[in-house]
Amino acid sequence: MSASDFHVCQPGTVIDRRDIAPVVFDVFAETITSGVRDGDRLLALVAQPSGTGHRLYGVLTLRDQGALGVIATDVADSFPSLTRQCASAHLFEREIAETSGLRPDGHPWLKPVRFLRSPVGVTEFFAMSGADVHEVAVGPVHAGVIEPGHFRFACVGETVLHLEIALGYQHRGIEPALVGGPGLRTIHYMETLAGDTSVGHATAYCQNLETLAHRPAPPRGMMLRSVALELERLANHVGDLGALAGDVGFLPVASHCGRIRGEFLNLTSLICGNRLGRGIARPGGVGFDLDDGQIETLLRNLKRASEEARDALQLLWDSPSAMDRFETTGSLTAPLCRELGIVGPPARAAGLERDARLEFPSDLFRFAQIPVSLWQSGDVFARAYVRWLEIIRSSEFIAAQLAAAPPGPCRAPVGQLAPNALTVSLVEGWRGEICHVACTDDDGRFAWYKVVDPSFHNWQGLAMAMRNQPISDFPLCNKSFNLSYCGHDL
Amino acid sequence: MLKTLLTRMRFGNRTIAFPAEAPSLPDRYLGRPVIGPQPCAAGCRECVDVCPTTAISVADLHPALDLGRCIFCADCLRACPEGTIRFSRDPAMSASARGDLVVGHKAEAAMVRRLNHEMLRLFKRSLRLRQVSAGGCNGCEVEVNVLATIVYDIGRFGIQYVASPRHADGLLITGPVTENMKLALQKTYDAVPDPKIVIAVGACAIAGGPFIDHPQVHNGAAGVVPVDLYIPGCPPHPITILDGLLRLLGRMPARTPGV
Repeated sequence: MSASDFHVCQPGTVIDRRDIAPVVFDVFAETITSGVRDGDRLLALVAQPSGTGHRLYGVLTLRDQGALGVIATDVADSFPSLTRQCASAHLFEREIAETSGLRPDGHPWLKPVRFLRSPVGVTEFFAMSGADVHEVAVGPVHAGVIEPGHFRFACVGETVLHLEIALGYQHRGIEPALVGGPGLRTIHYMETLAGDTSVGHATAYCQNLETLAHRPAPPRGMMLRSVALELERLANHVGDLGALAGDVGFLPVASHCGRIRGEFLNLTSLICGNRLGRGIARPGGVGFDLDDGQIETLLRNLKRASEEARDALQLLWDSPSAMDRFETTGSLTAPLCRELGIVGPPARAAGLERDARLEFPSDLFRFAQIPVSLWQSGDVFARAYVRWLEIIRSSEFIAAQLAAAPPGPCRAPVGQLAPNALTVSLVEGWRGEICHVACTDDDGRFAWYKVVDPSFHNWQGLAMAMRNQPISDFPLCNKSFNLSYCGHDL
Repeated sequence: MLKTLLTRMRFGNRTIAFPAEAPSLPDRYLGRPVIGPQPCAAGCRECVDVCPTTAISVADLHPALDLGRCIFCADCLRACPEGTIRFSRDPAMSASARGDLVVGHKAEAAMVRRLNHEMLRLFKRSLRLRQVSAGGCNGCEVEVNVLATIVYDIGRFGIQYVASPRHADGLLITGPVTENMKLALQKTYDAVPDPKIVIAVGACAIAGGPFIDHPQVHNGAAGVVPVDLYIPGCPPHPITILDGLLRLLGRMPARTPGV
């Protein structure tokens, strides 16, 4: 199937949504499944009411062209499921069935995603039978201070044969609340889609608004936003590496990293007063500027925290007993990552060069590239080591960009949004690629707004990584992904 | 082993001296809001109109700000033409009663009442909490978790997070209580032995936060379980959480405002 069926665009370009001519369903399905088979990725699959039925939108990466493709088709109340040909459509189709009532016929496991009031399909867990099979159920209230979710392990002895992950406990209705916006709360919804990714999601939203208003952020605003994004990555990666050390009982590193993570959060709070970066990304740039003295303080504290992180984590890499627990644990192969549409550090840990900062650069990343951090083994070690490489590179990036801060304003006013427009933004958050699709109505208000957190793609990766692993390795595998429950549940 | 010890020596002791010494907070930190004594211009509703969570009301030409609803976006601060609303650097914001979270232009009353004598005897030096994340954005969990690091080290006050409600003296709840978490929260509460306490941390757990009045949430913990301590913020700074806990346990040195 040719790429001509797509409406080809870039993140940051406005498409008149009336120009996206719907194709017949067979072309829609074949274009997506063959594209994904050839190495493209399904970024989003959305159903919206249209006339008497629904319009399906698919957003894909088009690798050959370094661009995105948007494709649409009209369906009545059901359509043949794409999942058997394209595994990465699996969760999107379940979501569509749950939220719109549209039925993907032939879907292999049509179960609710967020357990809304009108459940569709099966609600039981995948079950195995046999004298030696037993199930372990965990959650939604976990043993630690973490978000709610339910994990159902089907085990034979200590070995996990299958893990089913049921989420939805954090569902608080954000996407429906975005319709008709932007409003007073919209930016705050973006900052609380996933609190540890406040800057990432808010940046993706700001970019969409700037695109729809044809008003790019000034260079200084772009710089500060990108710096905050990398600070968010630093804090979370350091924290996760510490948690991984804690899970294998290497407590000195766990202690040091827990503290150093706080030092990075404090760097963010130097910019905006809030440790999670609330108020930094704002449509048109950033909400806070820094003077020379503040930049100097930031640089000084960044240098110290980065050096301490290096010291603490060197202890981890030098510990053969810790490395023995990391290596070959919870492996994901590159072909499996490709099939499931895995993004972020888990994909890069399996050798896939997936990084929106390189593939679809926005803001400052158009002018200053961060090398993509890769490893090949796809195990817990690889996911940890990729994070470590990213810590080094993000730290260097922030220092270089702050030292060469462009002058000028940090925020430009954003006016009226283009009516009947559709735009896509891609931001490489610390967990992976964040995709926001905005679509406006006749008045330039949001007709719909779709958020795809990297966790939406990656939870299935965690389930697959647990296959044939001892159940006691679950905390370690789980931490190496550290996926978002709220970002998934929305 | 030697390297581990050397690193430990090089890093030194990093636990903060709070509450014996004032905490170090960033310059742009927003603490407890202060409402100026002068009346507002008649008909001015600038702060009310910009507040995303309807935390502000105006009565008799004086604004009042509900800390339980406030998400500390400071849009009111920027909108107020008279400078009537400002934010202090005081991290002490918690209260035992929901109504005490409303900040007006008059001098403040006491906010956190320490536990009664019998409860203090039980919990003052050993408090085990089961944390329940009941929706929200995970931001409060981030800051609750941080208290267990060596920087804040709540263990030195005898406070500890435990895995089972059966081992707990109370719940520490974050999130607006989504419909899908309501039953789990109720069951966890029921599993904690009496006597027990409940602490609601963050704007979500107090009033629903940015998700207030969404049909998918229950606007905070108090509608599901009885709450003994409210700790505002979005998310609260770790110092604010620690301050609230210590006041409840009667372990803060006397100062105003507060115990």
